[in-house]
Amino acid sequence: MNVQRHSRWVAGGLIVAMTVCVGVLLRASGLDVASALEALARGSFGSWYSIGSGTLVRATPLILTGLAVAVAFRAGVFNIGAEGQFLIGAAGGTAIALVFSSLPSIVLVPGILIVGAVVGSLWAWIAAVLRARFHVLEVISTIMLNFIAAYVVSYLVRGPMQEPTHIYPQTASISAAARLPRFGVTTRLHLGFAIGVAACFVSWWAIRYTAGGFRLRAAGANPDAARSAGQIDVGRVATRAFLVSGALAGIAGAIEVCGVTYALYENISPGYGYTAIAVALLARLNAGAVVGTGILFGALEAGATSMQRDAGVPSVVVSMVEAGIILALVVADRARIRPDAMTG
Amino acid sequence: MSSPATAFLEATVRTATPLALAALGEVVVERAGILNIGLEGVILVGAFGALVGATHAGIVGGYAAAIGGGIALALLFAAFAVAFRADQIITGTAVTLLAVGLTGTLYRTLYGVAGAALSIPTSGPKPIPWLSSLPVLGIGFFDQPIVTYAAYAFVPVVWWWMFRTHGGLALRAIGEAPSAASAAGIRIDRVRCVAIAFGGAMGGLAGGTLVLAQAGTFAEGMSAGRGFIAIAIVVVGRWNPIGVALAALLFGAASALQFLLQALGLAIPYQLFLALPYVLTLAALAGIAGRVRAPASLAKVEQP
Repeated sequence: MNVQRHSRWVAGGLIVAMTVCVGVLLRASGLDVASALEALARGSFGSWYSIGSGTLVRATPLILTGLAVAVAFRAGVFNIGAEGQFLIGAAGGTAIALVFSSLPSIVLVPGILIVGAVVGSLWAWIAAVLRARFHVLEVISTIMLNFIAAYVVSYLVRGPMQEPTHIYPQTASISAAARLPRFGVTTRLHLGFAIGVAACFVSWWAIRYTAGGFRLRAAGANPDAARSAGQIDVGRVATRAFLVSGALAGIAGAIEVCGVTYALYENISPGYGYTAIAVALLARLNAGAVVGTGILFGALEAGATSMQRDAGVPSVVVSMVEAGIILALVVADRARIRPDAMTG
Repeated sequence: MSSPATAFLEATVRTATPLALAALGEVVVERAGILNIGLEGVILVGAFGALVGATHAGIVGGYAAAIGGGIALALLFAAFAVAFRADQIITGTAVTLLAVGLTGTLYRTLYGVAGAALSIPTSGPKPIPWLSSLPVLGIGFFDQPIVTYAAYAFVPVVWWWMFRTHGGLALRAIGEAPSAASAAGIRIDRVRCVAIAFGGAMGGLAGGTLVLAQAGTFAEGMSAGRGFIAIAIVVVGRWNPIGVALAALLFGAASALQFLLQALGLAIPYQLFLALPYVLTLAALAGIAGRVRAPASLAKVEQP
């Protein structure tokens, strides 16, 4: 079929068609598309404030969770669980921040981030064990763990970790010492963004130039060849990729608490872990490129917030755009996104 | 009249119904070698379709719109997974994401941000004359909405079609060895598309059940992972419609446990009960996987 030979054109056509559909849909609902787009642009790149305090703040969790997804997918591990690992990382980080609130910042903040990474990694480890020992498809197990993580957070913020007055379903605010420093008094942009960018470049280097990175790529590209020709323990590589992926998503959760929300509550993630899949795929699973695609989706989400506020367009419209981008990319490079690893 | 055991059975069957419907569709899809993770989105679109249909055309219109919406979204999945040979897991994830955005946007624009006040006619229980007076089982199994009886009927019908007809044989042949089936003259792409459409109809019906036979209203994200649980049910039911029905009842019982334990007044956090079906899914998959065999070509992308 020649649709397959001209997949790039089909992909381009799809993006155009999806955009038109969304526009028509909004128009039919009686909304002003032009002012919605204007609000989108204003909220994402309209001013230095919206770039720094809107787009880049939103991009930070997307860069880290996007990196988490990219690392896992690269190894042939379908970790759809960044959402749950993010939530558990946020919960673990908040717990440390509240318990050790009197420690100096220089000790406390790294401690929070490390604990966030460790608990995120442990949460991913459950799915890793289920995959390695019991051949449970990780797509299903990680999604189940996402739901369980959401209920764990729900329990914590209404039970043992609820703020002292027991009125609101959230924790108390973390102390000033537990907060990540900001890049100036007029901006909401915090050090977490720099950590995310650094994590991307370190990962990019490690995947490209280290022996472990080579094994990761080999196991993902062709597990059978890696096993027989490269003497690579594919199962072990997959488990390690899972743990690193969970750590990255967990640290993203801890950073969100220390840099933005300063407390834990139920809807702390508006689906970062799912948007992360689009971020990683758009970056073609390249760890360095995740910085760019993370910022792009950060802009989209920041813009959507102002679109909802100023033009009355529901911000959830963004997930349609994300779905359109994923579908277009899946068609554009069918062969490259997913080698043939991982079908259980 | 309503003893705890009866209430427990009734709640078990009620929660199992949408799961069984969705899983009975998915088992047909998976037997054709296709894994539709987008089932979650299909259920969500079915639920929203039911809301729109029922507000304009009553209960029957609601179910029709639910099925239609489910088929439409499933065919979108088919266009990518079958026609473009795209990766099924990524496509399915995107389809679910699309459904979340689509239903969320339409719900807020059509029904306003509040939206909570709206409620629509629901199809109440219709007792079957003689069977519903059976001791213990009667009320639980035979005093249910009509859609539950439809689910009962689908179990033998799907089983019979799958194992006793040429169409079913072709379906299973595709799932086990697509190239051999193709060589034998079976049009694999066409059969797969029809299977996916059937899965979409059943998933849509499951979503319609949530709105029309249970909640009486729509809420964003109300599918709440049932699509993924239905996929797990297919594994636990060993890709056999009868096994799938039993597995759905097991999951229904796990969800119904919360009503029973709450009635006993135990001081256990309610989130524990809400998380129970998901924990059970993991436990069931760990217990059963490795001892069952999936259709050989499941979720594999063969190059044309």
